[in-house]
Amino acid sequence: MSDTHAQTVAFVRDTMTEQQEPPLSQSGAYKWMRENLLSTPLNVILTLVSVWLIYSVLSHVMPWAVFGIWDASSLSECRTIRDELYGADANVACWAVISERWKQLLFGFYPPEHYWRPVLAFVLFLVAISPVLFSSLPRKLLAFSVVAPFILFWLIWGGTIWGPICVALGFVIGWAIIRYASPYIGALGSVILAIVVPLLYWFVLAGPLDDLLASILPIGLEQVQSKQMGGFMLAMIIGISGIALSLPLGIVLALGRQSDLFLINKCSVIFIEVIRGVPLIVWLFTASLLLNYFLPPGTNFDLMLRVIIMVTLFSSAYIAEVVRGGLAALPKGQYEAADALGLDYWKSMRLVILPQALKISIPGIVNTFIGLFKDTTLVVFIGLLDPIGLSNAIRASTEWNGIYWELFVFIGLCFFIFCFSMGRYSLFLEKKLRREHR
Amino acid sequence: MKKTVILGALTVAGLAAGAAGAATLDDVKARGSLNCGVSTGLTGFSAPDANGVWQGFDVAVCRAVAAAVLGDPMAVEFVPTTGQTRFTALASGEIDVLARNTTWTFSRDVDLKFEFIGVNYYDGQGFMVPKALGVSSAKELDGATVCIQTGTTTELNLADFFRVNNISYEPVPIETNAEAQQQYLAGACDVYTTDASGLAATRASFEAPGDHVILPEIISKEPLGPLVRHGDSEWGDIVRWTLNALVAAEEYGVTSANIGELSAAPGNNPEINRLLGTEGELGAMFGLEADWAKKAIMANGNYGEIFEKTIGENTPIGLSRGLNAQWTEGGLLYSPPFR
Repeated sequence: MSDTHAQTVAFVRDTMTEQQEPPLSQSGAYKWMRENLLSTPLNVILTLVSVWLIYSVLSHVMPWAVFGIWDASSLSECRTIRDELYGADANVACWAVISERWKQLLFGFYPPEHYWRPVLAFVLFLVAISPVLFSSLPRKLLAFSVVAPFILFWLIWGGTIWGPICVALGFVIGWAIIRYASPYIGALGSVILAIVVPLLYWFVLAGPLDDLLASILPIGLEQVQSKQMGGFMLAMIIGISGIALSLPLGIVLALGRQSDLFLINKCSVIFIEVIRGVPLIVWLFTASLLLNYFLPPGTNFDLMLRVIIMVTLFSSAYIAEVVRGGLAALPKGQYEAADALGLDYWKSMRLVILPQALKISIPGIVNTFIGLFKDTTLVVFIGLLDPIGLSNAIRASTEWNGIYWELFVFIGLCFFIFCFSMGRYSLFLEKKLRREHR
Repeated sequence: MKKTVILGALTVAGLAAGAAGAATLDDVKARGSLNCGVSTGLTGFSAPDANGVWQGFDVAVCRAVAAAVLGDPMAVEFVPTTGQTRFTALASGEIDVLARNTTWTFSRDVDLKFEFIGVNYYDGQGFMVPKALGVSSAKELDGATVCIQTGTTTELNLADFFRVNNISYEPVPIETNAEAQQQYLAGACDVYTTDASGLAATRASFEAPGDHVILPEIISKEPLGPLVRHGDSEWGDIVRWTLNALVAAEEYGVTSANIGELSAAPGNNPEINRLLGTEGELGAMFGLEADWAKKAIMANGNYGEIFEKTIGENTPIGLSRGLNAQWTEGGLLYSPPFR
């Protein structure tokens, strides 16, 4: 039987054949294009239309941007150069306005010899924020994050070094009271005391103390007024302070709205609904116009500070609602479990509820922050020279009257970089904090 | 509606501020700088240059006042104001003078409790149309779409003009001049209307200015002038006579070139002598140095020099003097005598 077999089989392979490349139609770019772009007749048509659309946009925008003129002192000079290079009917950008005015767009009227100060402040801000953003960095850096606001303030506004130190002292006093006095007077008492004493200190003692120290040892930087700040510096100061202040305030408001205490609950609800129910532009007008009349004449309440306060309140109302969404999404069992462990309210919030609720709310929170950062351009309506305001002012000079898109492209690009990186960070954070298996 | 609310709020504001303002001169001297409200940007009238130094026709008024009061034309803190914030800024005392191409009207002067101290530019509302439209008079604009800045007197003038002439139009509301330029060039509206000076500046920035015409009709009176708060007449006098000094200096032929020579010793023209403080004591009457007017004129030159430097025919804006010529040359500029 086996013999017959041996005779009928003419060839038996005794080695493996070499592995072949997959056929061209099944690999690489060809396959990808076939599957993703040209799989059906409809897709072929859609692809062709899309390619044509992209081409027709780029074929107009790219030559305009790439052949743009970088070196000219006015729009008319730009046009003369263009006529020489490309002929009169060519449509090219005049980037010269950016190369002449980019410093103004970034720093406003900040004295040029002090540009290093906001730049250094920005670098320090990045250093200070990094341990907060990335938990892999050494925790000791957090100490720097705590003192950074005072250093940044001093760098940007200047003045003697004692002003920020005297203000910081108030926080130290508050912290010391909570730390050392609570065993004697109880938690609630020490919290109240830790709010009242620093406030008294700031209103009564801090000013004279600052003057005294400044007269004894006047070390510091040259003072720069808020009026002199503009452009992206202004947008960033308002945006960053708004973001940094509104998150804690928003969380407190969200907890307040969930609270069982009648007064706290109703106050939070009213605050949130009133602030959220009125457009930001109205609050900005309130800050710039109405407050002028409520304050006694001659008070010099910095306009930028007023705007920061309004922006902070506005975005904290939104943050509160976003966080409330996170709190509501937690199963009731989490609250009960925290209670069952015997944790008091603050501990249960800090250790059990908020870490989960905030994780859920990250996309919403970052969304609010991006919105807040872009909303800073609204200050143009109250006469602050943010990037948009400066673009109007630049356009009003006789050299650059008539220029339009170049400025907006530049401003848009700068905003995009900031907002895009915020969005990316939020994705990174979501991925890192993801606990469930999918 | 919006306008009424704003005006109402401003009225309250004006009442409150009347009590607040007193002795602005002392405040300015103590502060060492003049707070001057200007436009956030209007071609030729106020705009920061590449170094952040404010330049322009309105800005020059601020500098002259600062020079007269403080002796230093650079001792000015410029407060950029928008159409909405300008009056509150002045009423609340945030600024000492508002020099922001503001039209002198009855209600602003009386109801809002301000004091217009004079006119530094006589403007009027005009129309610009593309030449291709083939229109030679504003009365032929029946049914036209018109780009117009909201919240300004131009909006009201436009409505009046079309109603009086019994023709219709379709407004395209826009917020800023720059937006208007783009809309107009893109063909979103047939006509752009704003103050004639603004039209000239806008037209000058076009690629082909020759393709657009400014129609002959000027449909409104827009006397633009600096203003101060009610209730401090001494301060009002200082600003008024500083502006008058600039105008008078042109009339008498005092320029930044010859002022050093003329003010060195009393000359044979008593009017010039009194103006420059080499004779009489005009300065002391309102608490300034004898050479206050000399300093004011030296800041940017006389009225004519300022005009030529910022918006005159040699600048890209290229405005002719027109109504803003001296009365001796057929214009409306007429300074009361310095006596």
